[in-house]
Amino acid sequence: MKLELRGITKRFGALVANDHINLTVEAGEIHALLGENGAGKSTLMNVLYGLYRAEEGEILLDDVVQHFAGPGDAMAAGIGMVHQHFMLIPVFTVAENVMLGHEETGFGGHLDLPAARRRVTEISARFGFDVDPDALVEDLPVGVQQRVEIIKALSRDARVLVFDEPTAVLTPQETDELMGIMRQLRDSGTSIVFITHKLREVRAVADRITVIRLGAVVGEASPTASNEELATMMVGRAVDLTVDKSPAEPGAPALVVSDLTVLDPHGQVLVNSVSFTVHAGEILAIAGVQGNGQTELTEALMGLQPRVSGEITLDGSSLRGHTVRKILDAGVGFVPEDRTEDGLVSEFTIAENLMLDRSHQPPFVKRFNVQLSFLAKFAEDKVKEFDVRSQGIDTLVGRLSGGNQQKVVLARELSRELRLFIAAQPTRGLDVGSIEFVHERIIATRDAGTPVIVISTELDEVAALADRILVMFRGRVVGIVPGDTPRAVLGLMMAGETPTEEGAAA
Amino acid sequence: MSTPTTVSPAGSTGPSASVADTGPDFEQIKSWKTPIALAIFTLLGFLLLVVFGRDGESTMRLSTTTDLIQLPDVVLPTRPTGVVVVALLLLITAGSGWLVRSKAKVPLWLVTVFAVLLLVGFLAWASADHTIPVPGLLFGSLSLAVPLIFGALGGVISERVGVVNVAIEGQLLAGAFTSAMVASITQQPLLGLVAAMVAGVLVSFVLAAFAIKYFVDQVIVGVVLNVLVSGVTGFLFSQLLAPNAATLNSPPRFENINIPLLSEIPIIGPVFFRQTLIVYIMYVAVACVYFGLFHTKWGLRLRAVGEHPQAADTVGINVARTRFWNVSLAGAIAGLGGAYFTLGSVGAFGKEMTAGAGFIALAAVIFGRWDPIRATLAALLFGFASNLQNVLSIIGSPVPSEFMLMLPYLVTIFAVAGLVGQSRGPAASGKPYIKS
Repeated sequence: MKLELRGITKRFGALVANDHINLTVEAGEIHALLGENGAGKSTLMNVLYGLYRAEEGEILLDDVVQHFAGPGDAMAAGIGMVHQHFMLIPVFTVAENVMLGHEETGFGGHLDLPAARRRVTEISARFGFDVDPDALVEDLPVGVQQRVEIIKALSRDARVLVFDEPTAVLTPQETDELMGIMRQLRDSGTSIVFITHKLREVRAVADRITVIRLGAVVGEASPTASNEELATMMVGRAVDLTVDKSPAEPGAPALVVSDLTVLDPHGQVLVNSVSFTVHAGEILAIAGVQGNGQTELTEALMGLQPRVSGEITLDGSSLRGHTVRKILDAGVGFVPEDRTEDGLVSEFTIAENLMLDRSHQPPFVKRFNVQLSFLAKFAEDKVKEFDVRSQGIDTLVGRLSGGNQQKVVLARELSRELRLFIAAQPTRGLDVGSIEFVHERIIATRDAGTPVIVISTELDEVAALADRILVMFRGRVVGIVPGDTPRAVLGLMMAGETPTEEGAAA
Repeated sequence: MSTPTTVSPAGSTGPSASVADTGPDFEQIKSWKTPIALAIFTLLGFLLLVVFGRDGESTMRLSTTTDLIQLPDVVLPTRPTGVVVVALLLLITAGSGWLVRSKAKVPLWLVTVFAVLLLVGFLAWASADHTIPVPGLLFGSLSLAVPLIFGALGGVISERVGVVNVAIEGQLLAGAFTSAMVASITQQPLLGLVAAMVAGVLVSFVLAAFAIKYFVDQVIVGVVLNVLVSGVTGFLFSQLLAPNAATLNSPPRFENINIPLLSEIPIIGPVFFRQTLIVYIMYVAVACVYFGLFHTKWGLRLRAVGEHPQAADTVGINVARTRFWNVSLAGAIAGLGGAYFTLGSVGAFGKEMTAGAGFIALAAVIFGRWDPIRATLAALLFGFASNLQNVLSIIGSPVPSEFMLMLPYLVTIFAVAGLVGQSRGPAASGKPYIKS
C-alpha cells in the first residue's frame, strides 16, 4: 500500500513538532525516517497512527485521503505500528494481547481463545518466530516481546508497518534478525517506515531515506551515502563521530567489587556474583542489553538496593551496607540512567537542582538557612562552565531540553571532589551536540585521575569511551575485554557467549 | 527455580561457552513471617484454651428443627478439646518452621488448617456449657456478608478497569435509602431493587465524571462522595422518612424462598438455599462477574484498560468510555448490596445504616486480590467474624461484648496487612489516563 503524508503540521503550544512534512512511502519499500532525538519523528508517526490530531495536512493511502479519529481507524485502514515502548499488557498471554481490540467471540461474548492461538501460531510460522501463544508477556525477553508486537500488527492485516526505534532494546544479533524480518515483510508487499537515529542500521536496510531535523524534512538521502554525510544532514553541521581520547594511564586499583549479588524481593537473582576492579584514571564501560542487571549493579554501588551480598571497597574502605549519604560523602558521583525520574526535580530551578545532594551542610546551608547568594553565584558559574542553555538559573529544570538537563546533572556531580564517577546511560535521548559535550566531560574526568564507570547499551558509546569493557548478561559478567574489542565479539558477548582466548586477555 | 551448577566465572579464559540457555536465577528468600505469626497465635491459644481453659461440655447443633435429615449434636469436652487443639497448632507451627528452614514455602492450606483449628478451639472454649447453633451461625454470616459481597464485586470491577472505588460505602447507603423509599411508595420490592441500582449508578456517575473526565484524585472524590451521600440521606431521613415512616419507610421485604431439594442438604441447605431473592441474585452476580472478567471480550478489554490504558488505546479501545460505563456498572452492583439492608434484612432505612460496610468491602477486594471469587470468600470471612460476635454475645460468652465488637475489624486488619503480603493490583488502578 502506498502511504503519502502531505504538509503535516503538529504544534504543542509554541513548539512546532512537525512543520509541513511531506513523505511518500511506496508499496513494498523500506523507508527510513532518520533524525536526532527530538527531531519530531515519533510525533509524525503518532499523527499517522491517529494518536495525535495534526493541525494541518492530510494522510493518503493509495491516493485516498484518510481521516483518523483514533488508532482504531488507522488500524482499520491498514496501518500497524511496532511501538518503541511496547504496547503489550504484561499480565496477559501472547494470544490475549494479539486478540485485544478485535476479539473473536462466541456465545455471550465468550472469547474464542483457540482461534487467537491459531492466529499467533500461523503468523509465527510464516516468519519463523518461536512464540508460545500461551506465554505471559511479562515472562518473555524483550526481543520476543517485540515479535509479539509485530504479530499483533500483522494479525490485523497491516499493509503499512511503522517501526519506531525498534532496535533500542535489542542485541546486535537480534537487530540483524529484525532486519531480516523487515526485508521479508517488504518482499511480501508491506510498506515499512523505519524510524531511527542509528546510521549503521539505516544504511543496512533502507531502500530510501528521509532525514528530518527540528520538525522539518531536510532532504532525502540514498542508502549508499556515507555515515558522515548522513550525520551532517541529520545534525545540520559537520560532525566528528569519533571522540578524541588519549590512551588511559591507569593508576592504582580504586574500586574493587567482589562477588556482588543482588536479589529482588521475590528472591530473583538480578546481579550474580559480579567481580571487577576499576583503576584510577581509566574508564570501565559496562555493556549489555537493557535489563541484564546493569541498573541494579549501579544501584547496589550507590546503596540503593536492599538485598546485596558481596564486597564493595573504594580506596580500601568498604561501601557496602552504607547509606546513600555516606556513599556520596565518600566521593562517589552518580549520573542516574533516568535523569527526569531520578536525576532531577523537574519542578525545581536549575540552582536548586545543583545543590540537591549538598543540602545538609555548609557552604550551601548554614544554620538551617539556604545560602541564597552563595547558591546563585555557584549556579551562575556552573551554568557557564557546563554551557547550560537557559533563561537563567531560576529556570525550572523541567523546561530544559534533555541535553541541558543532563548538563545540570553532570554539573552537580562533577563539582564535588570525586573518587569515583558512575554515569549510567549518560547520553540516552540526547542530541549529537550534547553527546559530544558529555563524552568530553567524562574523558576529562578520567584524565584528572578519577576512576570512571560508564553503563551504556549503545555499542557506539561503549567503543568511543571505554578503556576496558565489561559485558553483562542475565546478571553475570560474561567477560572483561579491552576497549578496542571488535563489535562482532561484543555483540556475541551481549548474547551470553563467553569470549575466546584473544578477547579475554584484559 | 534452581541455580545452575556450572557457571563460567567472570572474565575466565577458556573455550567459548554459552550461558544463553540458563534461565533466570532464583534464590528463595527465607521469610520467617509465617512461622512467627503462627507461634504467636499458638501461644495465645495455649494461654486461652489451656491456662485459662474452662471446664464443661461444648455442644454444637448441626441441624435446624425443620430439617428433613436431622444430624445429632456434637458434644465436646471443653478443656481436653483445647489441649488437643493447642497440640495440633504447635505441630503446624513447628512444621512451618521446618519448611522455612529448608527454604520451602509454607503452603496456604496449612495456614488455613491452622486458622480453622484455632477457630474450633475458640468456639469450644467460648461455648462451655452452652450450645452453638452452627446453621444459625453460618446463615447469619452469609446474611451479613451479602452487602459486602455486592460491594466487593463493584469494587473489583471498578479497580480492574482502573478507577479506585472508595465510594462503595456511599453507593451502598444510596441504594439502601432509595430502595426503601421506592419500595414503600410502590409496595413493590422489585422496583426497590431497580431504584437501588439507579442510585448506585448516580453516585458512580459523579465519581466517574470527576475521576475520568477531570482527573481529580480518585480517593479524594470517593471519600467526599461518602460524606455527601451520608449527609443527603441523613437529611432526607430526618425531614422526610422519619415523619412519614408509614408511607415512605416501610418497604415490603423479600420473602425467603426455599429451593426444593437443595434446601434439605444438611447444614449447607439451610444456610445457602433458604434465602431471599437478593441472595440468589448475588450467587448469579458472582458467577457472572467471574466468567465475564476472565472469559469474555468485555472482561479482556476491561482488564486491559486497568493494566495498561495506553496499550488499550493503541488497539482502538476507548479508555475513557470503557472506564466510565464499567464504573457505572460497579455502582449498580454495589447499589443492589444497599437494597439488601432495607429489603432483605432490616426492613426499613436507618440513618448511617451501612456502618462502614463499604470500607470492609474495599478490604475484601484487596484481600481477595482483585478476583471476584476470592473477594467473595474474603467478604464471607468478614461476615462470619461479625456474626460470631452476635452469636457469642447471645449465648453469653465470657468475653466482653465490646471486645467482641472489634472482632470483624481486627480480622480485616490482620487479613489485609498480614496475609496478602505482596499481592499486585491492576497496574493502572487509581491513575488517570491523560492523553497528550
